[in-house]
Amino acid sequence: MIKKILRELNEFKLPSVLTPICMIGEVIAEMIIPILMGNIVDKGINGGSLDYIIRTGLIMILVALFGLLAGLGGAYFGAKASTGLARNLRKKMFDNIQTFSFSNIDKFSSSGLVTRLTTDVTNIQNSYQMILRMAMRAPASMIIAMVMSFIISPRLASIYLLAVFFLALVMLFIMKTAGKYFKEVFEKYDRLNESVQENVSAIRVVKAYVREEYENNKFKIAALNIYEMFVKAEKTVTLVSPIMMGTVYACILLISWFGAHMIVSNELTTGAMMSLLTYCMNILMSLMMLSMIFVMITMSEASARRIAEVIDEKTSLGNPKKPVMEVKDGSIRFDHASFSYNKDSKDPVLKDINVDIKAGETVGIIGGTGTGKSSLVNLISRLYDVTSGAVYVGGVDVREYDMDTLRQQVSVVLQKNVLFSGTIYENLRWGDENATDEEVQRACKLACADEFIEKMPDGYNTYIEQGGTNVSGGQRQRLCIARALLKKPKILILDDSTSAVDTATDAKIRKAFAEEIPGTTKIIIAQRISSVQDCDRIIVMEDGRVNGFGSHEELLENNQIYREVYESQVGASGDADFDEKE
Amino acid sequence: MAEQVKVVKGPGGRGQRGMPRPKIENPGKLFMRLMSYVFRKYAIHMILVVICIVLSVIANVQGTMFTKSLIDTYITPMIGQTNPDYSPLAHAIMRVVLFYALGVLAAFVQARLMIYVGQGTLKDLRQELFTHMESLPIKYFDTHAHGDIMSIYTNDIDTLRQMISQSIPQLLNSAITIVSVFVSMIVLSVPLTIVTVIMVALMLFVSAKATGASGKNFVAQQKNIGELNGYIEEMMTGQKVVKVFCHEEKAIERFDELNEMLYQSAFKANTYSNILGPINTQLGNLSYVVCAIFGGALALNSYFGFTVGGLASFLTFNKSFSMPINQVSMQFNSIIMALAGADRIFKLLDEQPETDDGYVMLVNAKEENGEIVESNEFTGHWAWKHYHKAEGTTTYQPMEGDVTFNDVDFGYSDDKMVLHNIVLHALPGQKVALVGSTGAGKTTITNLINRFYDIQDGKIRYDNININKIKKEDLRRSLGMVLQDTHLFTGTVAENIRYGKLDATDEEVVAAAKLANADGFIKRLPNGYDTMLTGDGANLSQGQRQLLAIARAAIANPPVLILDEATSSIDTRTEKIVQDGMDKLMHGRTTFVIAHRLSTVKNSDCIVVLEQGRIVEMGTHDELMELKKRYYQLYTGNKPEMVSA
Repeated sequence: MIKKILRELNEFKLPSVLTPICMIGEVIAEMIIPILMGNIVDKGINGGSLDYIIRTGLIMILVALFGLLAGLGGAYFGAKASTGLARNLRKKMFDNIQTFSFSNIDKFSSSGLVTRLTTDVTNIQNSYQMILRMAMRAPASMIIAMVMSFIISPRLASIYLLAVFFLALVMLFIMKTAGKYFKEVFEKYDRLNESVQENVSAIRVVKAYVREEYENNKFKIAALNIYEMFVKAEKTVTLVSPIMMGTVYACILLISWFGAHMIVSNELTTGAMMSLLTYCMNILMSLMMLSMIFVMITMSEASARRIAEVIDEKTSLGNPKKPVMEVKDGSIRFDHASFSYNKDSKDPVLKDINVDIKAGETVGIIGGTGTGKSSLVNLISRLYDVTSGAVYVGGVDVREYDMDTLRQQVSVVLQKNVLFSGTIYENLRWGDENATDEEVQRACKLACADEFIEKMPDGYNTYIEQGGTNVSGGQRQRLCIARALLKKPKILILDDSTSAVDTATDAKIRKAFAEEIPGTTKIIIAQRISSVQDCDRIIVMEDGRVNGFGSHEELLENNQIYREVYESQVGASGDADFDEKE
Repeated sequence: MAEQVKVVKGPGGRGQRGMPRPKIENPGKLFMRLMSYVFRKYAIHMILVVICIVLSVIANVQGTMFTKSLIDTYITPMIGQTNPDYSPLAHAIMRVVLFYALGVLAAFVQARLMIYVGQGTLKDLRQELFTHMESLPIKYFDTHAHGDIMSIYTNDIDTLRQMISQSIPQLLNSAITIVSVFVSMIVLSVPLTIVTVIMVALMLFVSAKATGASGKNFVAQQKNIGELNGYIEEMMTGQKVVKVFCHEEKAIERFDELNEMLYQSAFKANTYSNILGPINTQLGNLSYVVCAIFGGALALNSYFGFTVGGLASFLTFNKSFSMPINQVSMQFNSIIMALAGADRIFKLLDEQPETDDGYVMLVNAKEENGEIVESNEFTGHWAWKHYHKAEGTTTYQPMEGDVTFNDVDFGYSDDKMVLHNIVLHALPGQKVALVGSTGAGKTTITNLINRFYDIQDGKIRYDNININKIKKEDLRRSLGMVLQDTHLFTGTVAENIRYGKLDATDEEVVAAAKLANADGFIKRLPNGYDTMLTGDGANLSQGQRQLLAIARAAIANPPVLILDEATSSIDTRTEKIVQDGMDKLMHGRTTFVIAHRLSTVKNSDCIVVLEQGRIVEMGTHDELMELKKRYYQLYTGNKPEMVSA
């Protein structure tokens, strides 16, 4: 997993290597300076030589300069490597997400992807920087200190070895327990934040039902739970520093005791013992840093895993080896097509669909919530693959097409549609980036969007806010239709795309379609009979199956569901939620 | 709802997410306020923490002194002795063991205490934030991006946690060390202390410079993060549309641009904050050298009575003086970040909560001897309990559901009215349908009845009581709402329905679900009524979510209903059955419907046609058809005979 993350370093490998090298340089300076300081005191001051003090002082300044340079280098390269890794990770994920199929997207959910691209990457960036700047520095300084100690006195230095061994064991144990607790805490913590999120977006419901107190109590309990768990987790971590301090103190005392014996029996000089004690502190600091690195790694592990998941996700729909690059015509044929979102599901969403639609035909689809209308049309542009059977467009199995080619020719206006921040022109040119102003305007005319656009102060240059919040539902739907039209597709699919458009405009759009793009196969999913009744043929969906397929008249005659729906809707041809004054 | 947001936000709305975070106005005051939170409940903890820190500093000093005296006092005298006596050394070590044990214990206790202080303060802050947030008026939520509110709970609280549990003890420790070392230095030598202080001032100056440069870059980084995150959010939400339009490459292109910009500024910001450490360390070393040379010159010439031994001690202090200052400057950035977070937290806490001057209450009532009396039990009848201050009497008035709008003007901001001269009278049990284009003010009218927003002019009366006199809770309890956007909560289906009436029995839940026609699909869910809903009911279809919202309103059994486009995405077959249930629910209740289809409007007692915030037509279906104006045109799809104004 960590390997996968590091694979994205690319051009930042060099700074990633240079950072620890610089840090080692800094450590070396750090090791030399205490010796020089000691010399200043021992030989210079106690020896009464101002000359010596100045000479050693100058050397020390030189070493400090060297340390400064190394430190600055470490700072620079560390920042470069970590922010660069973050940049590459974001890019790799974003690029891969662009290859995702609908079912890949469903799996992660858009908010899940946002977190991975933002928070998780930041976590990795911070810990990578920390690790680069500390991970080499700490062991390096520890090893140098250890080696020096062994040179001075192997017998006394073995005390350190024991201590380090003991500390490593204790640390490992604590980190493991704490890691488990922290994982639990952060999961709970996420859920707490989700509930806040829920309250923020559903504040109207909370207030309408006067449930502020209820929500407060719920939150208070959750916050208390989090508190208790955090306390539990942190308690284990707080053991680290006292244990470490205790061990180091024990080392100092042991060295003092045994060292004293050795000095007395002339096996050790007093200066050497002082150095040993200094190195003891060095070892302690390094261990502290190592334990911090440990914590960082455990904390960013979850983020690394989540990022790796996105990078590793293979699109569930791939292009075939020899893709068909041209869609001959707009005919569609479902051949025993079955589909379910979940492979293990016993109850498929679509069951054995057999439908034949001719090129240029206008087909309506009607049916209750969850009867599989959207799933059916999603198979046509291969947004999902059938579980069994096949779907043919222009006589060719959709799985044999180049996906871009197929989707250029099959234009879908999704039920949950979105506009992006940008002008109307920019939004519509998603359909065809080379479309001239006139072409855009013509598409808008077809979609009956021209009237309201022209009434806007900036017309086609009106800026659409993120999510299209500054246009009404009906206006948004018409813009989305215009955008789809600009593709000049062979098949146009409207998935409940005029639900917020008033009946008269709805009829006008359909009329324009019939007159202006007669060759295009049009599939219209709708709730209103009036939206589909003049289609060539209408599919009635019920429980994932085709319940009826025929013209309005035929269905009225022989399809009970269709008749019921029709009867419930007659007598109210108008729509209360019209968009604006025509 | 969209139009409200736009109106309040004004033209500056776009790109607000990407704006650099505002500078903190008064960091000192902010810090003090934060500390007052910590000390409010944890004063004793904090005092103990300070004591512990002092103890560990003392233990540490004792330890350092021991290593210094170890050689001179204990070892050197023993050298050369044939039969050295180790007992003085053993005693000394025993004494130091005690000090060390005390130090370790103090460190342990301090760390433990800080958990309670840190986590406890965060818990209190979280709870206070949430409780306060729940008390804020709807306007707050309509005018603040939900993402920004969320980031207070996530990012800001998190940085604060770091500050309280790490930076503050560190600061205390450093402060105590600095003071004690400073005093010792002055005692040893005033001139050398001055030299040291000058060097420290230099260090602080460099730190401030670097922090300033780093701060500027952090602002740039923050801005780029905002832009990139905004883009990511937009693209991820619209990812399916991107796919449908084969727009992947375009999406990547723009992403690359923003990603590169963020990389550049993040790189700079990080570099600047990284260099602080090495610069200060080496400046510390420089300070040491300068002191050594200067002090050496003093000591060797015996100026100011300064001795060689004194110089050796002074140099140790010099080292232990620059260390904590270094640490403080390292903590500086994280403290600034945490204070910026604290600033946002306090801003939310300082928001004015919804005010409620209402005193008329809604109570269960029953009739005794022709008089209405209050009842503690659910009677199915409601009465307004009206306390008259002037006379000191309390009267009860049956709750009937009569709603009048008397010349009401309203705007989300004072300078732009969205409703003008609304005059409306709904008699008890009547069904009033609001019809009009998006932005005509239908939703706004319903927002006024329950006082999500307060009107600027005119009066709204409920059973002839000015709604401003009714306690908000009771007013809202008397109004059932099914809102345009269905929101469900994490929990089971049954819990979600029970939201309307917390003490509802299972039978009541099922009955309500049946009324809303939700029972059928609920039974087919994997765990029926116990199926968990997560992420705002993401595992349900839009129609099913709305059915649940209707069931939730049904179980609350309110006297007045507001149905805000409740049936907009339920398919026609389901809608018909839901409509039956709704009609049952509406029976005997005053209902305001913002209808989606004219079929649901036709049988209304009163149809109100709104246009640009004004009522243009009002009457029954037949009356309006007779009028042959706007409604007629809508209903028939024909051009009106007379052009409406």
